[in-house]
Amino acid sequence: MCGIVGLLVKNPKMRANIGELMLPMLIGMTERGPDSAGLAVFGDAVGDNERKFSLYTGEPDFNWPKLSHDFLTHLGSKVINFAQKANHAVLTTHIEPETVKTWLKEHYPQVHLLAIGQLMDIYKDVGTPAEVAARYGFSQLSGSHLVGHTRMATESAITPAHAHPFTAGQDWCLVHNGSLSNAPSLRRKLQYEGIHFETDNDTEAACRFLEWRMREGDDLKTALEHGFEELDGFYTLLMGTKDQLALVRDPFACKPAVVAEHDDYVAIASEFRSLAHLPDIKNAKVFEPSPKEMYVWKV
Amino acid sequence: MESLKYDLATTPLREVNQFLHGDASGLNGKHIEINNPNGAHNIAVGLKSEAKVTIHGHAGYYAAGMNQIADITIEGSVGSGVAENMMSGRVHVKGFASNAAGATANGGLLVIDGDAGLRCGISLKGADIVVGGSVGSFSAFMAQAGNMVVLGDAGEGLGDSIYEAHLFVRGKVKSLGADCEVKTMGPAERKTLVDLLEQSGHANVDPDSFTLYGSARTLYHFNVAKSGAY
Repeated sequence: MCGIVGLLVKNPKMRANIGELMLPMLIGMTERGPDSAGLAVFGDAVGDNERKFSLYTGEPDFNWPKLSHDFLTHLGSKVINFAQKANHAVLTTHIEPETVKTWLKEHYPQVHLLAIGQLMDIYKDVGTPAEVAARYGFSQLSGSHLVGHTRMATESAITPAHAHPFTAGQDWCLVHNGSLSNAPSLRRKLQYEGIHFETDNDTEAACRFLEWRMREGDDLKTALEHGFEELDGFYTLLMGTKDQLALVRDPFACKPAVVAEHDDYVAIASEFRSLAHLPDIKNAKVFEPSPKEMYVWKV
Repeated sequence: MESLKYDLATTPLREVNQFLHGDASGLNGKHIEINNPNGAHNIAVGLKSEAKVTIHGHAGYYAAGMNQIADITIEGSVGSGVAENMMSGRVHVKGFASNAAGATANGGLLVIDGDAGLRCGISLKGADIVVGGSVGSFSAFMAQAGNMVVLGDAGEGLGDSIYEAHLFVRGKVKSLGADCEVKTMGPAERKTLVDLLEQSGHANVDPDSFTLYGSARTLYHFNVAKSGAY
């Protein structure tokens, strides 16, 4: 079992406190996912030729200032911004993603690259949703939309890397409630395409499959149609892109989802109890999304 | 009617459910109102008194499950398994219901004003279900007894492996499950339908606009000629 949450604010005034609005949603899903939690938030874009790199290490007293300093010395480039919170840091630079990846692997193999993008920051770690939220200051986050997850591991280890959201490519992430029975064969198929995996998690297989389809020219809708053919198992998938949230449920609707559409926001959660606190929820249109249908909300 | 109010924002659900499980003589004829349910699971489960319960808002999973005798109204929507295994009484959902509404219910009446999700009335054992909207796929799967009335449409595989339940559907059926077929509606079935429409607030709906579905009874006995298919 796992919990998923998503929030997209339509009212620009609410962007500043999207984290605060979201926090009770994530904590409301603690019973569904008490062992890890994660969040991807889409905020203001960095400059055209800049990228944000979300980094994580399991070492509690890791020397982040040294990493920032070494990056500058080795790559001779100005780090545009370096923001660190607990075990996470977001590094903003105009250096090419491939160069950064290679540099990290060579000099800081203990640091995981969680995500690359112009708008998206990702935080994920083990602990209860409330603990993870406090560790990374989720309530202070601002942005236009976000995707969150609370995990109760059923098929692979409990580590920060196995927590959701998963990401591939840039400014794209996915959270999953359910389990895929053909993840290993899907993974092998993608490995033949030269796609590299970081964990043995089933959701990572779905994430990399969809991202691969989109790189091959599918739009999100066509990629998900291919997903219905390829993914065997139970799933409610919630995805975030730079300007939209998208939701699908498997054809048997084995895993839940509830949506609240309001003039000011769209909120998605596994269960209504994570939506009950939202402002003016009484006047929102609350509905259960149909199986095998794709729902998309644009910023 | 004596009325009692509980607020789930301030009172733990367990306290409310323990009160509802109290001695029937103290609950019969009482109206218990529950405010701020906020999607909590297991509200008013296992009641066995003639109490009337109103839940003001949305309830979570298994609301009014295993009900006996009590009359329970949910003003909002419900999660999975509303009135599952109900024995008697009445449960009324004014919004929509998620999956497996009325699953395995033995008796009583479940009324859902909105849509019901997948597997509505799965393994129905004698209760009556009236859905004002549509039902999802695999509804009435292996339904053994009882009646299901659907004013809207039904999804895929309606009544798969059905036994002796009656399914009345007014709208389109996406597909019928194995061994489920259209039946002729006789006077007895028509009366059942008219009574259920009346009891569920749909007295103005024309009973002749419904089609009756039931079992073709081809799966009742092992057929040696088809053993390869089993």
